[in-house]
Amino acid sequence: MSTVTASERLAGQWRFAPVHSAAEFAVKYVVAKFRGSFGELDASLNDGVLSGSAKVASISVKDQNLYPHLQSPDFFDAENHPEIKFRSTNIDIQGDRVELDGELEIKGNTQPVHATGTVEGPVADPMGNTRLGFTLETKIDRTEFGLNWNAELPKGGKALSDEVVLTVELEFHKVS
Amino acid sequence: MHILAISGSLREGSYNTALLRAAADRLPPGVTVTFYDHLEQVPAFNEDRVAERPEPVDRLWDAVAEADGVLISTPEYNSSIPGVLKNALDWLSRPLIESPLRNKPAAVIGASTSMFGAVWSQAETRKVLGAIGARVLDRELPVPSADEQFDEAGRLVEKEVEQELGSIVHALVEAIEARAVTLARS
Repeated sequence: MSTVTASERLAGQWRFAPVHSAAEFAVKYVVAKFRGSFGELDASLNDGVLSGSAKVASISVKDQNLYPHLQSPDFFDAENHPEIKFRSTNIDIQGDRVELDGELEIKGNTQPVHATGTVEGPVADPMGNTRLGFTLETKIDRTEFGLNWNAELPKGGKALSDEVVLTVELEFHKVS
Repeated sequence: MHILAISGSLREGSYNTALLRAAADRLPPGVTVTFYDHLEQVPAFNEDRVAERPEPVDRLWDAVAEADGVLISTPEYNSSIPGVLKNALDWLSRPLIESPLRNKPAAVIGASTSMFGAVWSQAETRKVLGAIGARVLDRELPVPSADEQFDEAGRLVEKEVEQELGSIVHALVEAIEARAVTLARS
């Protein structure tokens, strides 16, 4: 059995498959995790470099009044910074495990991030495509990206956690 | 460039209205100001009436929508925002997605006859404006002992207060200019 290196598995040009992809965030609000997602994603995988972006305007949350607040300067400031961007600097694959380093830009602030997760493929599907899928997770401190809003709870403590868990599922189809 | 000035006090001899007039005197040439003086006509907020938007609310809504920026001067009642001002902001926040305050550059100043100069009321007004989605300046101007701060002509007597007021007003103008660049780009 031959060993396939990370660079061999990710080599070449891959087309993003947004229908089979997702990006979500979870942040603790008082006691429970609050979750949201980004509907409009773009990504590319070219010769082992993973890049991606998400439209801030495409955030989906379960509270109609929270959506405008998230778009506002208190949070993402979508008018000035309409996109979140990511670009990998190193991808290490051992079996199905992925260790990924990269730079994440939110609200005009770029910070290094480390994500872990799994990779599946390349796999040939019945339609003649070669598919590759990632599931990745990272934890960031939102205040390092300038998302500083918070509120003091009446009996002490903060309403919103600084730590945010970002999870992405990305699928690519091989082009060449 | 046009700025809407809103005083949180309805009193005829209001120090906060006087502070807004002093602020207007420090604006650069070409910047116009409207002093919103119909706040008393705005009815108590009632979410059942949001869709119909009563006429006085409509007038306030349009005044904010037509302005490039908003300057609010607030007194402090019982350690917080005066009801009349909070009521107006509540109307301006529903439906939130349509609020004319969203992304609107806004600055908050304030005066009170106490020794703290409406500092908590200003902080809470900034918080409320932020929740509505305004582009709120992280600045404050607490004017304490307001009954001693103006001469008979309504001019500020303390040079330091005057300078700080001028600095905040210019920061608001800069925020409006920066937003104009963003909007022109998009």
